[in-house]
Amino acid sequence: MDFFNESHVRAAKELLYKMADDQLIIGHRNSEWTGLGPILEEDIAFSSMAQDKIGQSEHLYALLHELGESDPDTVAFTRNAHQFHCCQLVEYPIGEYDFSLMRHFFFDMAELIRFDMLRNSSYEGLANIAKKYKGEIKYHSMHANTWVQQLGKGNEESNGRLQLQLDTYWNHALGIFEPGPHENILIDAGIFEGEAALQKNWLEAVIPLLEKADLQVPDTSKWSPVYGGRTGIHTAYLQPLLDEMTEVYSIDPSADW
Amino acid sequence: MYGNAYIDPNDQRGKTIEGEDPVLLAEFEARILAGEKIEPQDWMPQLYRKQLIRMIEQHAHSEIIGALPEGTWITRAPGFRRKLALMAKVQDEVGHAQLLYSAAETLGKSREAMINDLITGKSKYSNVFNYPAITWADSAIIAWLIDAGAIVNQLANSKGSYGPYCRALERICYEESFHLKYGHDNVVHLATGTPKQREMVQDALTRWWPAIMHFFGPPDTISVHTEVLMKWKVKMMSNDDMRQQYLDMYVPKIWDLGLVLPDPNLHKNEETGKWEYTEPDWEEFKRVINGDGPCNAERLAVRRMAEEKGRWVRRAILGEKANYTVPFA
Repeated sequence: MDFFNESHVRAAKELLYKMADDQLIIGHRNSEWTGLGPILEEDIAFSSMAQDKIGQSEHLYALLHELGESDPDTVAFTRNAHQFHCCQLVEYPIGEYDFSLMRHFFFDMAELIRFDMLRNSSYEGLANIAKKYKGEIKYHSMHANTWVQQLGKGNEESNGRLQLQLDTYWNHALGIFEPGPHENILIDAGIFEGEAALQKNWLEAVIPLLEKADLQVPDTSKWSPVYGGRTGIHTAYLQPLLDEMTEVYSIDPSADW
Repeated sequence: MYGNAYIDPNDQRGKTIEGEDPVLLAEFEARILAGEKIEPQDWMPQLYRKQLIRMIEQHAHSEIIGALPEGTWITRAPGFRRKLALMAKVQDEVGHAQLLYSAAETLGKSREAMINDLITGKSKYSNVFNYPAITWADSAIIAWLIDAGAIVNQLANSKGSYGPYCRALERICYEESFHLKYGHDNVVHLATGTPKQREMVQDALTRWWPAIMHFFGPPDTISVHTEVLMKWKVKMMSNDDMRQQYLDMYVPKIWDLGLVLPDPNLHKNEETGKWEYTEPDWEEFKRVINGDGPCNAERLAVRRMAEEKGRWVRRAILGEKANYTVPFA
């Protein structure tokens, strides 16, 4: 990390934290589908993607550890909700399959593009992670899109259900792209092209896919991104999730589990 | 993971081979005796087909119901290593259900019909999953000692006569052996950990021991029924033989960890080479298998809820035939 000055490290940490926290929390949520999917194959798919996400988050926390943060287990299993930087979209309970699917589509399309952009990052450790996991994320986004297409064009009921989730959570999806305090540093240092560029690419990718699935994106006059997650402002759902996640670990955080 | 198929000795259904063509039956039995596998398109007696459907179906149900007590701990697993391993393990179990339903479908019963029989309570699953996994240590004991029991049972059954079931079991056993390693590693960490961890794992073992003793089912009543199933390589080992093999393999390993088994009479009789133990409460076993256990209602309610909530998805991709609820018969 020799070429990093202090402001670069600060900016990189902020980027890594939000990416890792997003993946940990959505991975945790998706793992809740284990045993409950609408068909066995979906049960297995959500579980598999959850493992990938949590594995990726661990790798990103390991990168943070290299930058001086605590080890991955400590970072993931001892912080409170206000210390998390995930977007609010990933915190919501799994609800029914329609919600989980739309969230999966919104999030994984963003992740696919983010990782693609990061392949050329000047921060080599991050570029390596982006290259390493791009394959996994490609399958996650293909999975999401396949199901959005199938159910969007399935029948009136399935189309209506997806449309309702799209309308309800579109602004939360836009919240993924909440700009951080160090956007210009990240852009100038060639670490990341920034949230605004990511959002633009995302819109160009998802709008045609949603239209192809007979779903309508809300009128731009209704767009009002749900921000706050990146600065530690969360829904009421995050702290109970963390309480559950750390229930055993906190019996004795110094023990070897 | 899975226990032995419970064959009720008083069940009069499908016990007979009356009416089967004697020539075809003789050819069928000769093939089995010669160690050949029976394949889906081959002729087979009705009783063989019925028993296999029942067994494979029970096995498949056990895999998806078994995902519930362990699944509870995925969201609570301490640390990345355990969380990832447990997720992968439980995912495997659901994958086993998928394989097994496919194997059973080759005998002529659809997955939908089987799942319907599960949620209406018509079809059974392994009794052991009607007990709760109260602490993290329970999930460790399940992964080690229940999966170990499943391996004993499934390895025996993988030498059976029905090709699709045997092939599914071979793959399942391969994965189960990793589960067992995960469970063992987990129990070792707890048993050699802090006093609190040690206490947790001892409590869990004490709690699960009766269910482990129940795992292979009650002592077999020797009946014509059992004999014919063994001749046809549907049932490969008696319940007691499997229990003996299990005790021989795992009791020494449990004792090595300094853990105590809650049966003062448990010991190996060096003369007979057999393990002796206090018989578990078989009345309780029957009560629980017939629906009156601590978690029967909850397990089926969760499964019913999942089926109910997922119905719109199946309707959208498969059409109306996905709405498969049939009358309780």
